[in-house]
Amino acid sequence: MIDREQVLHVARLARLELTEDEVQSMSHELSGILGHIEKIGELDLEGVPPTSHVVEVSNALRPDEARPSYPRDAMLAAAPLVADDGFAVPSPQA
Amino acid sequence: MSAEDLIALTAAQAVEKIRAGETSAADVYEAYRQRAAADELNAFVYVPDAVPDELPATDTPLAGLPLGVKDLFCTEGLPSQSGSKILEGYRPPYTATVVRNLQDAGASILGKTNQDEFAMGSSNENSAYGPVQNPWDRTKVPGGSSGGSAAAVAAGLVPWALGTDTGGSIRQPAALTGIVGLKPTYGSCSRYGMIAFASSLDQAGPLARDVTDTALLFKHMVGRDHCDSTSLDYPEEVKLPTAQRLDGIRLGVPEELSGEGIEPGVLESFNRVLDLARELGATVESMKLPHAPHALSAYYVLAPAEASSNLARFDGVRYGMRAEGTRDLLSMYTKTRHDGFGPEVKRRIMLGTYALSAGYYDAYYGRAQQVRTKIAEDFHTAFERFDFIVTPTAPTVAFGLGAKTDDPWAMYLNDFCTVPISLAGIPAISIPSGLSEGLPVGFQMAGPAFSENRILDAAFALEQGIGFDGSKARA
Repeated sequence: MIDREQVLHVARLARLELTEDEVQSMSHELSGILGHIEKIGELDLEGVPPTSHVVEVSNALRPDEARPSYPRDAMLAAAPLVADDGFAVPSPQA
Repeated sequence: MSAEDLIALTAAQAVEKIRAGETSAADVYEAYRQRAAADELNAFVYVPDAVPDELPATDTPLAGLPLGVKDLFCTEGLPSQSGSKILEGYRPPYTATVVRNLQDAGASILGKTNQDEFAMGSSNENSAYGPVQNPWDRTKVPGGSSGGSAAAVAAGLVPWALGTDTGGSIRQPAALTGIVGLKPTYGSCSRYGMIAFASSLDQAGPLARDVTDTALLFKHMVGRDHCDSTSLDYPEEVKLPTAQRLDGIRLGVPEELSGEGIEPGVLESFNRVLDLARELGATVESMKLPHAPHALSAYYVLAPAEASSNLARFDGVRYGMRAEGTRDLLSMYTKTRHDGFGPEVKRRIMLGTYALSAGYYDAYYGRAQQVRTKIAEDFHTAFERFDFIVTPTAPTVAFGLGAKTDDPWAMYLNDFCTVPISLAGIPAISIPSGLSEGLPVGFQMAGPAFSENRILDAAFALEQGIGFDGSKARA
C-alpha cells in the first residue's frame, strides 16, 4: 500500500505538485497497480543477470569530431522566457 | 483520376500511378489533404492549409506521397507536442531522423496525428487534444497510443502514417482499426527527434493499409544515425513481400497468450488464420513462453521508471508552457508540471519515481530487468524451434470510449500480448484477421531480431488468403 505520506514524498522527488484530490486518488491507484506488479516478487530470479540492452551490441563508438550545432536563437525561440541570451527562470530564493 | 479513385489506391499503387503520369503528387496530396482537413475523428491535430509549393520529384522512391506523422516526432516548424499540454506551442528547430529519411525518399508530411499524451495509453483518450474516434464505429476507441495515425490510415485520411511502439502502441491501434502495423527490431530506426517515453523500448514504425505499403515505408525508415547511438545499420535490404505460400514455416502459439483473457470472437478469428496458415503449408504448434504472464508487471516498472527520467526535462524552462504566478524556481517547476501533465502521465511519473526511489530500486527496477532477461530467453529458446510466434494482437476488439478510463490496470491489459515482444526488443507485425461483432481483429506475428523481411513475406501470404476488406472504414 502507498499511503498519503509516501505519495507526497514521491511527488516531491518528481517535482510534481498534486492537489488534495490527486493525492487521494494517486494513493488508491498506485496501490492497485503495485498489487499487480508485485507478482514478479514470486519468481525465483537468483543469479539472473538484469537486461542492460536488448540487442547484442557493445560500445557504440564514433569519432570525436566537432560538428555544427543549432544556432542559439533557434533554441531560445521555444523558451517561455528569455533574458540576456539565456533561459530566464524565477530566483531559487524568492 | 477522381479523388475517390485516388483514395482507393494503396500507397504502392499511388506511387506507380504518379510515376506513370496517370496522376500527380499534387493531386494525390490535395485529395488526402481535403479529407484530413475535414476529419471528424480528431485523428489529425495539424493539417496544412494548402499543398506545399514544392513536392518531392516523381522519380523518388515515394514519389511525393503524403505521410501522417505522429505528434511526438519533432518536425521543424510544425506543432510537435506529443499530445501534451506541457509542450503547448512547441515548434521544434529540427526534424526527427526517420521523418527526414522518409522526406529524403520522397514523402511529404500531410499533418501531425493525435496520440495519447507522451505515448502513454492504449485508447488515445489521454490526449490533450481530446480522444480519437474509431472509423469503424465512432463510439469506440481506435486504440493507442498511435490512435490518430491508425484512425487516419483506416479512414483513408492519409495513405500511411508513422507511429511509435513502446509496449504495443503501433500494433494494438492497427489491430483495432483494421490496418497493418509493424514494430521493428529495437535499433533499426533512429529515435533521434522522437519525444522520448521509455528509451529502451521506444521504436518508430509504419502504419499502413496493407503489408506491401508497410514494407515500402519501413524500407526507407531504417538505418544507423550518429544522433542515436542505439541505432544500427539494418543488416540487409528491406524487400517488398512476394510470398504466396508458407511451406516449411513453423508457427508457435504460446499457451499463455492465446487463451485466458482473450475474447471468444478474437480467438475464433485467430484460429481461422491458423487454419489458413496450415492450408498454405505452415505447421502450427502450441508452445510455452513461461515468463510472458509476468511481462506486463515488469513493463509497468521499467517503462514508468524510464518515463519519470525522460519527462524530468519538462520543467517550464526550455520549451512549452510555464505556469503563471509562481514565486520561486521550485514552485515554478512543480506548478508547471502539475498544470501541464495529464492524469495518466502523472500516474506513471509517480510510479516510476517510486520504483527508482531509495529502498525500492532492487525490489522493483532490478527485478523487472531480471524478468526482462527471462522473457528474452523464452523467445530466444522458442526461435530454435519456430520461425514465428503468433498471438492475437489485442485481447478484445475496439471498446467503448470511456469504458476503461477508471481502471488503469484494465487499460494496461490491452497490451498483454504485445508487451512481452517489446521487452525482448524483437520485431512483430499486426495484420487484420477479420471482423468480430463488426469490428476488426488483429493477428500478431513476431520473429527474431532483424527478421522483418521474413515477417513481411509471411504476413503478405496470410494477407492474400485472409482477403480483409477495409473499405467500409474509408466510406
